[in-house]
Amino acid sequence: MFQDRDETTEAIRSGVARLCMDFPGEYWRDLDAKRAYPKAFVDALTEQGYLASLIPEVYGGAGLDLASACVILETIHRSGGNAGAAHAQMYTMGTLLRHGSEAQKQQYLPGIADGNLRLQAFGVTEPSSGTDTTRIKTTAVREGDFFRINGQKIWTSRAEYSDLMILLARTTPRSDCAKPSDGMSVFIVDMRENLGKSITINKIDTMINHSTTAVFFDDLMVPADNLIGQEGKGFRYILGGMNAERILIASECIGDARFFVDRASAYAREREVFGRPIGQNQGIQFPLAQAHMQTEAAMLMVERAASLYDQGQVRGSEANMAKYLAAEASWFAADTAMQTFGGFAFAAEYDIERKFREARLYRTAPISTNLIFSHVATHDLGLPKSF
Amino acid sequence: MKALVCVKRVIDYNVKVRVKSDETGVELNNVKMAMNPFDEIAVEQAIRMKEAGAVSEIVVVSIGPKQAQETIRTGLAMGADRGIHVEHDGELEPLAIAKMLKALVEKEEPGIVFCGKQAIDGDNNQTPQMLSALLGWPQGTFASGVELNDAGALITREVDGGLEDIQINMPAVLSVDLRLNEPRYASLPNIMKAKKKPIDGTTPADLGVDPAPRLTTLKVTEPPARAAGVKVASVAELVAKLRDEAKVI
Repeated sequence: MFQDRDETTEAIRSGVARLCMDFPGEYWRDLDAKRAYPKAFVDALTEQGYLASLIPEVYGGAGLDLASACVILETIHRSGGNAGAAHAQMYTMGTLLRHGSEAQKQQYLPGIADGNLRLQAFGVTEPSSGTDTTRIKTTAVREGDFFRINGQKIWTSRAEYSDLMILLARTTPRSDCAKPSDGMSVFIVDMRENLGKSITINKIDTMINHSTTAVFFDDLMVPADNLIGQEGKGFRYILGGMNAERILIASECIGDARFFVDRASAYAREREVFGRPIGQNQGIQFPLAQAHMQTEAAMLMVERAASLYDQGQVRGSEANMAKYLAAEASWFAADTAMQTFGGFAFAAEYDIERKFREARLYRTAPISTNLIFSHVATHDLGLPKSF
Repeated sequence: MKALVCVKRVIDYNVKVRVKSDETGVELNNVKMAMNPFDEIAVEQAIRMKEAGAVSEIVVVSIGPKQAQETIRTGLAMGADRGIHVEHDGELEPLAIAKMLKALVEKEEPGIVFCGKQAIDGDNNQTPQMLSALLGWPQGTFASGVELNDAGALITREVDGGLEDIQINMPAVLSVDLRLNEPRYASLPNIMKAKKKPIDGTTPADLGVDPAPRLTTLKVTEPPARAAGVKVASVAELVAKLRDEAKVI
């Protein structure tokens, strides 16, 4: 992505590619088998400053645009790695950066930039309300200088590997609000001091090595100073962060799609059956050509969404379309790679089956395909809302 | 002491080099380029000596097309202080490069010059030696160890069959070998800092050097494909084949 944009982008691309060479397929296979967190990889990304790319220079980050962050994540995924364990450290702070007070930014951003403070947990989704965010049941009730928080979040990724959490809770009951999206507030919660007391984290085992959890809040007392922005306006603050997340994850999908097409094409050139390379067969080469073209097309949408974001003009539609098209391109490329590798696709050693499992996630998360259709239908085509 | 480090932009070592169909050279269009790996080791050595306090300033020089600035920028992101770009499109031969470097050495007056032992494209392994001769400076080639001392520098050289230690006077030209160090890669903050470091531009004419090649390349071809091997049933058969067919024993 953003090929030949400028010298810095190319330097970042080769810097990340170089870093990823220290974390080859064996590293990821071993973690996958153990369901372990890629600590060494996350530490390397942190030390080299890549996770602080979006934090402004005054707070110790690199002050880069979203496009540069897209290049970082695409490169990690193209190399065969997975940024899922660390990407949120890049963008979760966005809510704090855009809506937090200067004092809050001074307090947290430098630590997030140097990696001493991990902010990569985003507590929004609940068991009874997924994308229907306005129905969240977690409440925050003001008591003097504190808010008392009770409730439960689910699919909170990386909570076990995060010091802080951005948490959305209802401060006014839905029924008392003029609009359902009113009355919710965002807090920055320091989980370290409350873990095992008013915060319980339960790990959820998943199909892929993606650390995700259910988080319970039981009379958690959060200082009122930790409220981000204005009380009751939290939903709006969260939405802006979601666009960045979708565009960044779309970039990971482009990286995955490239990985599949690169690996499968190389295999198709070399693997000989019936005395000739299998890539000479149209049944093998046409789907690969198709996967490549779909990747190129999706990439253009992701680039457009990222550019609009950087100009402050992105809408949910572009971020959603980028995520949808990139996830579909990556999934088609994944399936094509499975078919190209034949039986070897199932052998863990080739990394295809692992990446295939990983690629599937993005048709579901962070927003599922059907909800993207619904968004585009209502916002771009003026069709009535289906729910 | 100022260090001058010479770097070259070459085809990335991971890329499979292809010969152009008209056999005039190798394909460079849409090919990933990078700093010559031996030059990365040279930059790393200068940075380590700066970190140890032996070097005060590191100047990275590259001679080549406009894009050679990217290679200089890589050196700056690793930790060098400033760059000099001698812009020239087209073929360059070691002697012309050595002459331009000599002119730059006379201008910059470094106490030490680092080069990679050779560039992985032409594999010439000539420029550092020519530069040393033109300057009349000592040379330490194929260095796998560099230690400054009161008398100059103790250089460990990788030679056939082992290591050779030589004591040389300074200033000197060093060409570095693979095992001298493992070069760092640039971190994001250093990539950002490198954007602000200066790169001065100059040309072969400014340096008073005529870069015109003295050699003509007649043809570039792929190496012949290796023929398939054969399996032998016994040691006796192997020996017989080596003697009668390969005629090597």
